[in-house]
Amino acid sequence: MPTAHLRVWRGDNDGEYVEYDVDYEEGMVVLDVVHRLQATQAGDLAVRWNCKAGKCGSCSAEINGKPQLQCMQRMEQYAGGETITIAPLKAFPLIRDLVTDVAWNYAKAKTIPTLKLTPPDADGNRRMAQIDMDRGQEFRKCIECFICQDVCHVIRDHPDNMDDFAGPRFFIRLAEIAMHPLDTNAKRDTVQHGFGLDYCNITKCCTDVCPEGIHITDNAIIPLKERRVDEFHDPLRALARKLTGKG
Amino acid sequence: MAQATSALERRYGDTQRTDRWWLEPLLVGSGLALFILYSTVSAVLGEHWAFETERHLYLSPFFEPLIHPGWLPAWLSPAAFILWAPLGFRTTCYYYRRAYYRAYFLSPPACAVREPASSYKGESVFPLVLQNAHRWFMYVAVLFVPVLWIGAVKSYHLPGEGFGIGLGSLMLTINAFLLMMFTIGCHALRHWVAGGLNQFSRSPFRRLRRRVWEVFTIANEHHKLWAWTSLIFVGVTDLYIHLVATGVITDPHTWSGPI
Amino acid sequence: MAEYETHEYDVLVIGAGGAGLRAGIEAAELGLRTAIVCKSLLGKAHTVMAEGGIAAALGNVYPEDNWQVHFRDTMRGGKMLNNWRMAQLHAQEAPDRVRELEEWGSLFDRTDDGRILQRDFGGHRFARLAHVGDRTGLEMIRTLQQKLVSLGVDVFAEYTVNRLLKDGDRVSGALGYRRQSGELVLFRAKSVVLATGGLGKIWSITSNSWEGTGDGHALAMYAGADMIDMECVQFHPTGMVWPPSVRGLLITEGVRGDGGTLRNNTGERFMFNYVPPMFAAETADTEAEADAWYENHEGNRRTPDLLPRDEVARAINSEVRAGRGSPHGGVYLDIASRRNADYIKRRLPSMYHQFMELAGVDITKESMEVGPTCHYAMGGVRVDAETGATNVPGLFAAGEVAGGMHGSNRLGGNSLSDLVVFGRRAGVGASEYAQSLEAMPAVDDAASSEAAARVLAPYDGSGRENAYTLHKDLQDLMQAKVGIIRTESDMLAAIEGIDELRERSQHVGVEGGREYNPGWHLALDLEHMLTVAETITRAALERKESRGGHTREDFPGTNAEFGKVNVVGRRAPDGTITVTQEPLPEMPAELQRLFEED
Ligand SMILES: Cc1cc2nc3c(=O)[nH]c(=O)nc-3n(C[C@H](O)[C@H](O)[C@H](O)COP(=O)(O)OP(=O)(O)OC[C@H]3O[C@@H](n4cnc5c(N)ncnc54)[C@H](O)[C@@H]3O)c2cc1C
Ligand code: SF4
Ligand code: SF4
Ligand code: FES
Ligand code: FES
Repeated sequence: MPTAHLRVWRGDNDGEYVEYDVDYEEGMVVLDVVHRLQATQAGDLAVRWNCKAGKCGSCSAEINGKPQLQCMQRMEQYAGGETITIAPLKAFPLIRDLVTDVAWNYAKAKTIPTLKLTPPDADGNRRMAQIDMDRGQEFRKCIECFICQDVCHVIRDHPDNMDDFAGPRFFIRLAEIAMHPLDTNAKRDTVQHGFGLDYCNITKCCTDVCPEGIHITDNAIIPLKERRVDEFHDPLRALARKLTGKG
Repeated sequence: MAQATSALERRYGDTQRTDRWWLEPLLVGSGLALFILYSTVSAVLGEHWAFETERHLYLSPFFEPLIHPGWLPAWLSPAAFILWAPLGFRTTCYYYRRAYYRAYFLSPPACAVREPASSYKGESVFPLVLQNAHRWFMYVAVLFVPVLWIGAVKSYHLPGEGFGIGLGSLMLTINAFLLMMFTIGCHALRHWVAGGLNQFSRSPFRRLRRRVWEVFTIANEHHKLWAWTSLIFVGVTDLYIHLVATGVITDPHTWSGPI
Repeated sequence: MAEYETHEYDVLVIGAGGAGLRAGIEAAELGLRTAIVCKSLLGKAHTVMAEGGIAAALGNVYPEDNWQVHFRDTMRGGKMLNNWRMAQLHAQEAPDRVRELEEWGSLFDRTDDGRILQRDFGGHRFARLAHVGDRTGLEMIRTLQQKLVSLGVDVFAEYTVNRLLKDGDRVSGALGYRRQSGELVLFRAKSVVLATGGLGKIWSITSNSWEGTGDGHALAMYAGADMIDMECVQFHPTGMVWPPSVRGLLITEGVRGDGGTLRNNTGERFMFNYVPPMFAAETADTEAEADAWYENHEGNRRTPDLLPRDEVARAINSEVRAGRGSPHGGVYLDIASRRNADYIKRRLPSMYHQFMELAGVDITKESMEVGPTCHYAMGGVRVDAETGATNVPGLFAAGEVAGGMHGSNRLGGNSLSDLVVFGRRAGVGASEYAQSLEAMPAVDDAASSEAAARVLAPYDGSGRENAYTLHKDLQDLMQAKVGIIRTESDMLAAIEGIDELRERSQHVGVEGGREYNPGWHLALDLEHMLTVAETITRAALERKESRGGHTREDFPGTNAEFGKVNVVGRRAPDGTITVTQEPLPEMPAELQRLFEED
């Protein structure tokens, strides 16, 4: 049985890294090893998890400095004898050990506008083509692990931006609403309103870390920025608006 | 509520990443610097470093389409009429922004690596808000695609001799192709053709636009690849034509006379 | 009482899975002061893991489908042990609930003409499951969560309820603790909806997460509620078997719905040998017919790969016992040789991902190794079909914690629809009850202090037992003695084992403080698990027949007399658990006619 050398953050902000040796079996993921540590050496080790299959987005942590899901990192990828550092998400206030207070994300969720669809057809169904679903469905894969929020330098390195900035997880939500084929909410009031989109400098860390492989930057953030350009910065459209008297 | 865990990080250095995260910004930074240096030299030299072959068969893409009015002072290169457009296009390009924000502004240097700046407002304030001009540059850049293709096609026809193939013509063709791929992969263009629509299925015309969008999306997914290949190749092509035009090397081709 | 953080609401919903969220939405829309409590963060409940889809007779793919057919499939899948009225309401209302999800933002996969697409699943006569690839539960929980948030319902995430409180007979609130800080919290409420989900964590091989510790089942029993059909536990036929760390993780039935087939180690499609008489008339007996059925349900009978789950789980069990299993003790599930890679990746993206990342298996090229895994509790709190009311006034239940709807075996996809149909009904029921009360019921100080003391007991410093070890011992015991195939002697041994574990659990100790301490949380959950495990075992001893999710080696085959009764479990205030047989509600004649063709 191989042995993992772990360095795990223990305690609150005044805590420290504690080293542990834990035996593990073939095929295990980091979360399994953390659980074994919990069951045998550190009964009070705080860690979130639910599905153990990358579906619920609970077990986010920073493994060797990279924000990741603990349940999707297989032990084989670490060279034998390498020390594996496991830290909590650093953009959010620490509660204890590997658990942080992610309430900021839930507060942001409350600010997102709701959908208002056109009425259904006479038979009670709504008809929407699959081609109109595809883009939204990509965004709805989001498991709310908040890893993208954690890695985003806009708030990670500048917490003072947290009030103005909704973060990549909510940009994909906004994009989803904006691109919904039957939504009747005034897009201008919702999407183009901002949510701190301009703070994003499209450096793509959110996309790099998203465990669901959502193209956050290319398919949501940039299209939203482009929609804002339509509204505020496009010379041809401005001209067209002048000529037609619309807008 | 927010300052809390940053302490965790500071105490143990600016990142806990153990991989070579600094390699990418280093390579990107040096690559861009090299290109900027070279292209500045090439453009500024203008007339002083021949950019066109003797019988006008090959013209460096830095100068395409050639605008050279008589009143142009000798110290001003004809590239000045041209280069602002690709320069603006690339500078405001979403990919290049990412590249130089990371490599030069260190904002951030790499993911989960602390950025040195103490305050940050991104593209929400002057001057970076000007990046939104990318749409304007896109409108211009799109015009360059046919212009370069025409230049490339013309390079297969030597006046007086007719059709032939030279290494230079091939390079101009590849250059036009790469620039086209880079341009159709542009996020602003992708948005413009159909990305801004919410319901693709509503009309046949919209369905058609979506098809185009799908194709552009394929290019868009590799925008970084096209950005680099087209950048490197335009530099190489420019250099090649200078060298042929100044007689340093000879262009292998099927024509008999000088080109 | 002043020593705890105290909150007051009209309706308190315990659980934020599909059922709890839907109940909360309804109560809030009816204008009641509503709160919802859950053990994990919002949006992480079990419902998020549901894969295959939500069953509703929308008739979008097969217009012949209607609620009667769905009702009949559900009852037959449950081996007629279901509460007929629940099955009827469920079949009738599911389509509207699905359309409502769409209205609130769900983006289901579409048919060519733009309606909601439906897929085939075991036991459903027609393609009936509305779905989003293989992540339907995620779509559903996110939609409901977003709706709930938009209504401004107060959410207490990472709070665990440990006891319900009563004012005389009726419920008056709940006592629990805030996991993040370990502080005690008292909720006062006019009515309480239990929507706490399942109990799979009592077994070692399970698709359930740490939350599935049967809290709601136990809480209801402590409060004096009746439990029915607790012996009926579903072992899903296709869980992962390798590597060990993912053993039990679910593989959606959608794999078979989309063309996957089960094979033993000789390559044989063994399900053809296990078709029970009840389903023989509608099941294909040749491979050619089974394959043709995927393309056209008219004129071809369905593949035996899609028999109800109990049948398939037993068949796999038999194959493995007969030595025809795979290297790691399962059988093979093959879709690679039957569908092309693009199709598999589009229809089953998260299965593809799950096998690739966790087992290093490319399911577009290789077979999966699968075996049964403990998945779902059919049994639960006895409720009134119309309102979700239990026999304890003011206490309502919906979702997996409630019993009756699925009889002795649940069909795939019928859970998600159950959640929204009965979540809504319980929301209405609890709201109307709350509105009928003049004043907030009282909380008995003595009872709440006693509950509080129990929560803090593991900290008294005397305990030496490790909660994790106790939990593992219980899981191993249940896996070995009360698993898929049961016998009296094993189960009697299990009862003894449970008694011993209960004794040991009195001495459980915890290390560390009260802030976010999983060891302490588990120590508290042990009591619930032991209560539920004992109830299940006693109920399983009582039902001397095999039916659906309950298989007795010593009583193979169904027994008509047992087909007429529920086994009802109750807990006396002194902790003794008793089971009795009580007659099933009788189905009206016009519904019985639906089964006459059998
Ligand atoms: C892997 C998997 C795949 C599945 N696939 C499908 C499928 O395709 N189709 C289908 O129909 N069904 C499927 N099911 C079944 C279905 O998902 C569940 O039965 C259903 O989600 C249960 O929902 P629920 O609302 O009753 O409870 P859950 O979603 O389990 O939620 C329970 C809630 O109660 C809370 N809770 C529990 N105890 C306490 C306590 N003591 N204090 C406070 N809160 C508490 C929890 O925190 C949680 O929020 C699947 C299940 C699994 C595990
Ligand atoms: S691309 Fe934008 S949102 Fe994403 S991490 Fe970078 S700055 Fe943040
Ligand atoms: S977008 Fe990706 S990284 Fe961000 S919360 Fe969703 S799943 Fe996680
Ligand atoms: S435990 Fe659910 S994502 Fe890791
Ligand atoms: S050219 Fe790169 S985004 Fe427009």
